[in-house]
Amino acid sequence: MTTLLLIEQVLNGLQSGIMLFLMAAGLTLIFGVMGLINLAHGSLYMIGAFAAAAVAGATGSFALALMASLAAAAAAGAIVEVTVIRRLYDRDHLDQVLATFALILIFSEGTRWLFGSFPLYLDVPAAFAGPVTLPGGIQYPAYRLLIIAVGLAVAVGLFLLIARTRIGIQIRAGESDREMIGALGVDISRLYTIVFALGAALAGLAGALVGAIQSVQVGMGEPVLILAFVVIVIGGIGSIKGALIGALLVGLTDTLGGVLLPLAFGLFLDPATATSIGSSLASMAIYILMAVVLIYRPTGLYGVAT
Amino acid sequence: MNREGLINASVYLALPVLALAALALDEPFTITLATRAAILALAAVGLNLALGLGGLVSLGHAVFFGLGGYAMGILASHAQSYAPLYDGWFVVEGTKSMPVIWLVAVLSSALAALIIGLLSLRTSGVYFIMITLAFGQMFYYFSISWPAYGGEDGLSIYVRNSFPGLNTLDPIQFFALVFALLSLVLWGMGRIARAPFGLALSAARQNAARVETVGLEPFRLRLVAFVISGAVTGLAGALFADLNRFVSPTMFSWQMSGEFIVFVVLGGIGRLFGPVAGACLFVLLEHTLSGVSEFWLVYVGAILLLVVLFARGGLIGSLAGREVADD
Amino acid sequence: MRIRNMMALAVCMAAAATAGLADGHGGKIKVGMITTLSGGGAGLGIDVRDGFLLATKGSDVIETVIEDDQRKPDIAVGLADKLIQSEKVDVLTGIIWSNLAMAVVPSATAQGKFYLSPNAGPSALAGRGCSPNYFNVSWQNDAFSEAAGAYLSNEGVGKVFLMAPNYPAGQDMMAGFKRFFKGEVTDEVYTQLGQTDYAAEIAQIRASDADQVYFFLPGGMGISFMKQYAGSGVDKPVAGPAFSFDQGILGAIGEAALGVKNTAHWSKDLDVPGNADFVAAFQAEYGRLPSLYAAQGYDTGLLLLSAAAKAEVSDADAFRAALKEAEFQSVRGDFAFADNHHPIQTIYMREVVKEGDVVTNKMIGVAATDHTDVYGADCKM
Repeated sequence: MTTLLLIEQVLNGLQSGIMLFLMAAGLTLIFGVMGLINLAHGSLYMIGAFAAAAVAGATGSFALALMASLAAAAAAGAIVEVTVIRRLYDRDHLDQVLATFALILIFSEGTRWLFGSFPLYLDVPAAFAGPVTLPGGIQYPAYRLLIIAVGLAVAVGLFLLIARTRIGIQIRAGESDREMIGALGVDISRLYTIVFALGAALAGLAGALVGAIQSVQVGMGEPVLILAFVVIVIGGIGSIKGALIGALLVGLTDTLGGVLLPLAFGLFLDPATATSIGSSLASMAIYILMAVVLIYRPTGLYGVAT
Repeated sequence: MNREGLINASVYLALPVLALAALALDEPFTITLATRAAILALAAVGLNLALGLGGLVSLGHAVFFGLGGYAMGILASHAQSYAPLYDGWFVVEGTKSMPVIWLVAVLSSALAALIIGLLSLRTSGVYFIMITLAFGQMFYYFSISWPAYGGEDGLSIYVRNSFPGLNTLDPIQFFALVFALLSLVLWGMGRIARAPFGLALSAARQNAARVETVGLEPFRLRLVAFVISGAVTGLAGALFADLNRFVSPTMFSWQMSGEFIVFVVLGGIGRLFGPVAGACLFVLLEHTLSGVSEFWLVYVGAILLLVVLFARGGLIGSLAGREVADD
Repeated sequence: MRIRNMMALAVCMAAAATAGLADGHGGKIKVGMITTLSGGGAGLGIDVRDGFLLATKGSDVIETVIEDDQRKPDIAVGLADKLIQSEKVDVLTGIIWSNLAMAVVPSATAQGKFYLSPNAGPSALAGRGCSPNYFNVSWQNDAFSEAAGAYLSNEGVGKVFLMAPNYPAGQDMMAGFKRFFKGEVTDEVYTQLGQTDYAAEIAQIRASDADQVYFFLPGGMGISFMKQYAGSGVDKPVAGPAFSFDQGILGAIGEAALGVKNTAHWSKDLDVPGNADFVAAFQAEYGRLPSLYAAQGYDTGLLLLSAAAKAEVSDADAFRAALKEAEFQSVRGDFAFADNHHPIQTIYMREVVKEGDVVTNKMIGVAATDHTDVYGADCKM
């Protein structure tokens, strides 16, 4: 393998990490502020992608589609928060897991009922179709660079939101002492609805962005949901910084594992066996990474002990 | 006998009554359905020890279910093809004998539970949920891509394995065997819950610090509970494989782990007969609703949501009119 | 309207013919269909079901009970037990996925039931695990890839990059391709089942010496790969079996799939008797273009009707012989069963083109004539 190819694969790993971060950011934000473990986050991702596909199909505009995905996912998030989620804040994790598992079933089959069983069409905008040439001669899809840019912008935006704004102060205060900020006159239930809708909107945005280069279909949220959980668990649940680092680690491990493990086994095994064993191990790599991290740091890299 | 005792007795007797009625009416499929419910109940009874009594939310119990299933699949497929399992310094043959298969299933899932427990129990809360999920995913992907035993296609066993003195191909005899095992395990679990070990485990769930002050180690209690729990679920896995005469990686999937938790909660968490009630209810819903609509999973989701939000004691708790079990 | 009337007439005649014979025996055929109608992959099951029902519509000898397997093997096994034990069906059909077929078929045929496979043909059931009561009306898993290997060799393609998910059907497909491809395989990559991002594999394709890519990525995996491949600027030609380029999937990939070659035993523009009528009748009935799966479901229905016209299902030997003769006008043209009850059929090469606003497949040639699988030699029945 040439150095140039290796660099390109590292870039791919980082890029896949950024995509995961978009999804994981909302998940970890919701957990950090409300202590809620939300399996239905993948459904909000799916809603974003479907809304984008429907609007792009009707209007032909990708910008409108992105806005629709934000609006649809935030609205769905707010409705779910008001009707179901807020009853779960003072429950244990088990109830949260089950109730949000039930929401997955309702959202998935409900979407299939509305849109049918066939995948929808959603393409990248014409301006970002095709590759650009990076320094060093690497050809890289322009749209993936756009995803990296949006992901980094979201990361910076979230840091600023939490560090600099009034709502950020309330969020941080709520993380450390819920009763106290209630006593200080902050409308907690409104704050929680806003945070949940914000997390949902991030998931919806991720769904629309990623949906343009993947398959927009019912059930698209579950695989990425599990990956996002792996990310936030590695990073430490509730930590935005942890989610970013965790996402990059998972993206790199997944991409490089798939490429390098079969090659590594090929050094001392025949090609067919090496491919077979290498690919098997590669599909387990991120879970092994997660188990190892948790065994050494039981609350993740940046998590606080509870 | 109090009201909950009556409910427990009727939940327990519902399955054999149903199976016998089906036998009388010559409806063999209903017996198969009852057997399926009893096996899933057994898996959930296993999980209930860790989840209900120990408070360990394991989203990876499908690992043990799948290991039990593959213990059956691997042993029986070698017996079926007359190819020894291991042929080196000594020879290990496959087998079609249920007791041997059960023993292997229980031992291998107990061993896996010991290793997974040793590593996972260092964490708690959400981290525990997620690390058990991670182990489940490892086994799942490994079983899909490992070609030796069928990969994603799984393994078909053409004839059900044998048990001395019984014709296991007869639905009612196989049901009787499964139900006897379920009864035995329920009896054992009832003993464990009342024994000092069970009481200490329950106390560690409610307040770990207090248990430590009396000189008990919560980690050890939980590990033992996790191992027993995994072994029982592994036994259920071997039976499930025998019921279907088939094993596949779906037995390792995280949805399977999720369904076990659903059985426990649907029936009533921490209650001895809760998982039995939950598994029966789920099989009933699956059987009736899937005929009603293509989108029947929406109804399952809605029912589950309502139970979690408004009926925290599950089916038995609602019927008995109390949220918390008194046994 | 003319076409619909002709269809109705044909169905009525078939029904009358079968009814006439069936009267003599006084029996009907009860069919149990186990297929995927909910969750991911439901589109395929719905197409098979609709094709089958279109073929058997109006027949008064065939009664069909339909069940949803949710793509879960244990559910499928339970449904098979239910259909056999409580519905007392004579014939089972409908399963989409190889792993579900492996779970259901051996025990169903062992219980003396007929199974007609409208999709999926795992190698085990074509070879050592074959059964007199199992008839595959679709294809053996390797078939499309074998034909593609032969076609690309004839086209003079020298070096090829292979890619498939790391599971038995994927491994089978690649083995099938290599069996008939005479050139050099430069890379062979196995991806994770359900993988959604292919940036790493696309980089490997770019760096490879191969001048052709051949891949098998069914369902959403193929959609993701094709969209990403189109945006990558890599211009190596792509080919695959039809599963990634079916009508339902092309709608989701769009123009990114243009120019891709894919092998199939059927295409909606295939010029054989009955095919145009089938396409028109399917569109009239369901308001969408039929897919490959719909065609297979339709042929399964026709096969069953043809056998029902000749023999009583309770006379298993006669019914089996009637099925084996396969005297029906397949929408794929010539169709016969080999000794292992798997199809002998011609496999075509199609190319993805744009017709007006619709991205669809167009026939460009024959990939393999009267193709049959290699596992038949191991089949002893």
